[in-house]
Amino acid sequence: MTTAQVKQSTDNLLEIKGLKKYFEVGGGLFKQKQQVKAVDDLTFNVKKGETLGIVGESGCGKSTMGRALLQLQKPTSGEVFYEGQDIAQLSGKQLRKLRKDIQIIFQDPFASLNPRMTVGAMLTEIVATHEIVPKKERQSYVQNLLEEVGLKAEAYWKYPHEFSGGQRQRVSIARALAVQPKLIICDEAVSALDVSVQAQVLNLLQKLKRKHQLTYIFISHDLSVVKHISDRVGVMYLGKMVELADEDSIYEKPAHPYTQALFSAIPDITEDNKERIQLKGDVPSPLNVPSGCRFHTRCPLATEYCKQVDPALEEVKEDHLAACHYTA
Amino acid sequence: MEQSQNLSVQKPKAQNPRLRMLKTMLERLLQNKLAVFGGVVTFLLIFTAIFAPWLAPHDPTEQNYSAVLQAPSIEYWFGTDNLGRDIFSRVIYGAQVSLQAGLISVGIALIIGVPVGLISGYYRGFIDEYIIMRMTDAMLSIPALVLALALAAVLGAGLTNAMIAIGLVLTPNFVRLIRGEVLAHREKEYVEAGKASGISDFSIILKHILPNTIAPIMVQATLAIAAAIIVEASLSYLGLGTQPPNPSWGSMLATGQGYLDSAPWIALFPGALIFITVISINLFGDGIRDMLDPKMK
Amino acid sequence: MKNTSEEYQLQVRGLEVGFNNKKNFTQILNGVSFNVQKGETLCIVGESGCGKSLTSLSIMGLLPESGGIRSGEIRFEGQDLTNQSMKEMSKIRGNEISMIFQEPMTSLNPVHTVGKQIAEAVRIHRNVTKKEAYERVVEMFELVGIPSPRERVHNYPHEMSGGMRQRVMIAMALACNPKLLIADEPTTALDVTIQAQILDLLNELKADLDMSIVMITHDLGVVSEMGDQVLVMYAGEVIEYTDSRSLFDNPKHPYTQGLIESIPKLQGKTEELPVIKGSVPNPDEMPSGCRFSTRCAFAKQECFVQSPEEVGTEDHPVRCWMYSGEWQKMTPFEGGESNDNSSSEAVDRQPIRD
Repeated sequence: MTTAQVKQSTDNLLEIKGLKKYFEVGGGLFKQKQQVKAVDDLTFNVKKGETLGIVGESGCGKSTMGRALLQLQKPTSGEVFYEGQDIAQLSGKQLRKLRKDIQIIFQDPFASLNPRMTVGAMLTEIVATHEIVPKKERQSYVQNLLEEVGLKAEAYWKYPHEFSGGQRQRVSIARALAVQPKLIICDEAVSALDVSVQAQVLNLLQKLKRKHQLTYIFISHDLSVVKHISDRVGVMYLGKMVELADEDSIYEKPAHPYTQALFSAIPDITEDNKERIQLKGDVPSPLNVPSGCRFHTRCPLATEYCKQVDPALEEVKEDHLAACHYTA
Repeated sequence: MEQSQNLSVQKPKAQNPRLRMLKTMLERLLQNKLAVFGGVVTFLLIFTAIFAPWLAPHDPTEQNYSAVLQAPSIEYWFGTDNLGRDIFSRVIYGAQVSLQAGLISVGIALIIGVPVGLISGYYRGFIDEYIIMRMTDAMLSIPALVLALALAAVLGAGLTNAMIAIGLVLTPNFVRLIRGEVLAHREKEYVEAGKASGISDFSIILKHILPNTIAPIMVQATLAIAAAIIVEASLSYLGLGTQPPNPSWGSMLATGQGYLDSAPWIALFPGALIFITVISINLFGDGIRDMLDPKMK
Repeated sequence: MKNTSEEYQLQVRGLEVGFNNKKNFTQILNGVSFNVQKGETLCIVGESGCGKSLTSLSIMGLLPESGGIRSGEIRFEGQDLTNQSMKEMSKIRGNEISMIFQEPMTSLNPVHTVGKQIAEAVRIHRNVTKKEAYERVVEMFELVGIPSPRERVHNYPHEMSGGMRQRVMIAMALACNPKLLIADEPTTALDVTIQAQILDLLNELKADLDMSIVMITHDLGVVSEMGDQVLVMYAGEVIEYTDSRSLFDNPKHPYTQGLIESIPKLQGKTEELPVIKGSVPNPDEMPSGCRFSTRCAFAKQECFVQSPEEVGTEDHPVRCWMYSGEWQKMTPFEGGESNDNSSSEAVDRQPIRD
């Protein structure tokens, strides 16, 4: 799928409006409760058939966002429209039915599979829950699925600990595919894998996307991976989206100073000495979000104005949004 | 796992994962010498309890006034007590009572504790936080023996009531343990993945979380069996457990107390058996915990 | 191999390390050799299970109890470390050779302030008063770029961010002016912007303090930032050894080539990444010939049988038959797919393209 095709389709699979997820921490007899603003007012769309990459450093809220979209963690406020239906309003049975359409693949291939269940039992249970195929065909359905993700059909009778990290991630992919979803959220799905295995899994994800007309939200801290797999890329910083644009335009001409710094920080084996924008200090704690633009404490361009006024995510050119007062 | 006719791949016989898993677990258990020792002794005790009528050389309640307070001899291996009853036979019959007390009271604690812990831990909320947890706190703050004593006194003397009392006293430990395990597992990604796949809460609790808490439950259970035997012994010692003339290790210990100077064997043998039983069951429990650890391949 | 007349800070020769389990000895490292010159950075790069961390632990004398050095020598300034007593090793460790780890949180004691921990480390090796030791800590904190060092020494580890903690670890490692710093994946747990800061810091410190660094990493990007020399390891063997520029410009071993190709690039767009099929074999199931043969796209029949020696030029040795005289005479492999099951990607005879 090329970016040109994505642009033509105006259908949005997912529309997210003002999504917020705050956590309360601390609190007690003499302490006031504090709020962690993990996800703070996100608004964006996911187009049918695209891969939307979300990048950001640890603590930027990208994983929380993924879980909030799936209602695994109830959002504090905001709306998530899936094919026009607000899923934040759903509960119980309706929600469980909808979960057939949206799946998630987690980072840690060791934590995301039940250690005491065979792969077959795990997948059959899901297939049975949603009555994907008649009872008689379940086993062969699951085995075909395992073969599709590059495992042997014998994997059906194996326990998770009998697989390597890459194979476990393939099992996770098979589990996500088992319910024939339309959207898969990949939360750092290849981050725990070695480079050579990572490439195998990335290729598999691409192949499956083409074959099953899937839509991906691909969350990762690794910009090269996101760049490779995505059609559009969103950059998050401290719970906010600071830039959102097509993959080629964001990599060629990043508009937000944070995005620029992020790109320049990646060690590049093809260049010897590249100019680097060194960021000062660390990401501030989400407990104590800076006033105004939340990037101003580390931004090389920051002015007094940035400390006071929070910039909105606005179009800098067609299909390229950025949240900065001084963007070119 | 059902088999259908039109299988693309037949289930390989040698590859039955449950059998393989069981085999490696058994191998692991057999490598642990202390656990094997504990297991063998525990098995011998159960064997003794079941076949007590055939193993005991004398009737445990038969009084022989011509042989009172006799030291261990060929006729009376462990000696006789103040009423001339054979201590060896009484110890063998006492194993029945002690093992019953251990197994049944822990069974009661499991039947109540496991579901309460599972539900309480999975759903959290007001009832969990303010009712169940505070109740367990209250129960745990009273020494087990005192609580068992109070309950047994309310229920009335006798072995059955003693077992119910002990079971209730042990329950909060299980509730706390299981709730803690559930809290740890419900945050795990495989549970989230299950939820994301639309699996019902009931299934997640029963099929995904419970099997992963079996190992600590097993360990706690073996420890609790040992504790229950001691509490039953103590209750019998205080006259609230097994009623005379039926033998139990605890009541024998109580009798022996008065004769520690003149006839120490009366207290020595039941005391030693309580000690050995508790140690063996603990060792066996430790072995089972290691055996069930999925991280040990 | 390399010119031996020069003076080396560290020389490792034919290192064989493995683990004793119940019945047998599983060998992990197979004849690892390399040199580190004074003031030079050597990067050891490889995927998980290649033995890179085991190499660093061997140098530090920190192998786990079941592990052991079977043969080979580790010469630090000419002195063989493999036959030093525990006591002598602990004098060298932390003093002349220091180490930093991947996860700084687990390397710091949570119940003591960071200043106290480093001051104690200083006092083990230097005969100084508490006050002098603290002064040294403040000095080190300044050196590693910790803002307001005088206040920061009184912080507990949990009060610091990941990047700051790694700086603390570096300060601790450098407090006794070591001649050699071993850094085991020091930036893997950090975000890219923080990683960039730490890598720059290490490069600066290396120049300022004139020390040698052995950098263990899985990330070829880090190698390009740090490495003077690069050692590529695969399944416990050194398969390629050269300077970092030639490695990226002219990788020789099929594994190195595949590794470089399989990283997603920032420039250009490819629909599909070139991959190395399969995965690293278990130590118990090592192929009898070349350890990479089961995954290699070029492998000829002899590759599966006979293990290659190090060949290639003196500056760029590589462990592969392809660069030996015999390659032309060897029999092409006609077996089709090898018996590896973990990858569905079909690999034809074309090198590293699939």
